[in-house]
Amino acid sequence: MVQNRSLIDESGKRSDGRIIDELREVKINVGIIKNADGSALIEFGKNKIIAAVYGPREVHPKHMALSDRCVIRCRYHMSPFSTDTRKSPAPSRRETEISKVIREALEPAVMLEDYPRAAIDIFIEVLQADGGSRCAGITAASVALADAGINMRDMVSACAAGKVDDKIVIDINDTEDKEGGADMPVAYMSNLKEITLLQLDGELNPTEFNTCLEEAIRGCLKVYEIQRSSLMEKYFGNEKGLKE
Amino acid sequence: MQEVKRKYVIPGDIVAEGNFKPLGNVFRNGNSIVATRIGITESNKDGTKVIPLSGIYFPRVNDIVIGKILDHSSLSWSVDINSCFSAHLPAQDIFGRDFSPAHDDMGSQLSSGDVIVARIAIFDRTRDPILTIQDKDLGKIPTGELLKISATRVPRLIGKRGSMIQTIEQATSTRVTIGQNGIIVVSGKDKEGTNLALNAIHIVEAEAHTSNLTQRIKQLLNVPESDIENDTQNNHEMNETPMNDDKVISNDIGKEMGMMNSDGTK
Repeated sequence: MVQNRSLIDESGKRSDGRIIDELREVKINVGIIKNADGSALIEFGKNKIIAAVYGPREVHPKHMALSDRCVIRCRYHMSPFSTDTRKSPAPSRRETEISKVIREALEPAVMLEDYPRAAIDIFIEVLQADGGSRCAGITAASVALADAGINMRDMVSACAAGKVDDKIVIDINDTEDKEGGADMPVAYMSNLKEITLLQLDGELNPTEFNTCLEEAIRGCLKVYEIQRSSLMEKYFGNEKGLKE
Repeated sequence: MQEVKRKYVIPGDIVAEGNFKPLGNVFRNGNSIVATRIGITESNKDGTKVIPLSGIYFPRVNDIVIGKILDHSSLSWSVDINSCFSAHLPAQDIFGRDFSPAHDDMGSQLSSGDVIVARIAIFDRTRDPILTIQDKDLGKIPTGELLKISATRVPRLIGKRGSMIQTIEQATSTRVTIGQNGIIVVSGKDKEGTNLALNAIHIVEAEAHTSNLTQRIKQLLNVPESDIENDTQNNHEMNETPMNDDKVISNDIGKEMGMMNSDGTK
């Protein structure tokens, strides 16, 4: 990672005009796919990602089923048109890894033992990518799981933090990811206060690591509020009475 | 025990704090009861629960369900009950205890594509649910309009002591059979009434969580106010679906069928 130009200007603005602890604009639409049991479209800055959840449903092939809990199958996929140079639609090594990582970030939230011998399928389709798509994918998938009415201990919210020009910033975008110092995606269960995903690409000293983690969790809490309001909007749109 | 107001929750929200009994769609985390579904909280002296607003059907013993026959093996029919498990209707349930695959033609009773109303006799999560049609008002449905709604909307469609469904049935002169799994059969004399009933059911599904829905449905169907009160039918399910008590009841398959047609062989 070579830093060849300044990513934060003199006035403290980042490459896309945000300040260091500012999230990109996040919008979540719930229930956009009629055929799925639960779905969500998330716009996380320039990211546009659809998450669809099917299930719990019968497991095929049958030998994959577990007798005491359900299996979660997750597919993260980037559309060929989601990046500036065409991406081959075949699942790449990176996508396979992200699918696994997202599955493991969501599994602690889902009450797997409530659905033995069944499967929950999660499809995450990236329509437009701009850095932080795994975080946006986890956020959308969590909303889609709740929309599908699957028993969950908590919502999972995800946000990245990182180091750009030796400063800790939250919600790294594509440029900052490629040219910055470090990128740390974190998925977090806000009510249970548990981390379900923690990755780090780059180098941070222990102090920086701690600040970075704190900032990422602060980002997750902001994302959680957006998840919450989008679900409330979908299910209880007009009635404000019983909302907190 | 302190009073808990009804409120809207999403997974992870604290429903109540203190010594409440978790009943359905909630779990205990330390001193607090936490919701696991999107829904409306409800608590009384028995405990606290969340009435979910989304989700697929998960079978429970004694639920009345509507299913479609998919296929049959030599001993049972497999039935699609709109769930993550396909149910089985044992041939003995229809032919009696002395059923023999060699002598009895299963195709003569039920063939694939037939729609049946059945009760879930056995289900304990370790195996697929077993159905029975040996009860009053159960069995094959000959005609009607089939539609599917979310299983979470079924209690609302039935209404308090069947008020909602009676309103719809009487105003449209149709017969509405509701399965707990969200499958509904509407049969009526004329197409107009059937369509009106279908329309009303769709509205109930879409606006299930709003209040005064029965009133609005009455207005839609032009029902005068006094007609529907105090007129309960017992063949509908109760308003509140009992929350998950997965008790397994004993199986009464073939009990009434006696020993007729026995040819003396084993």
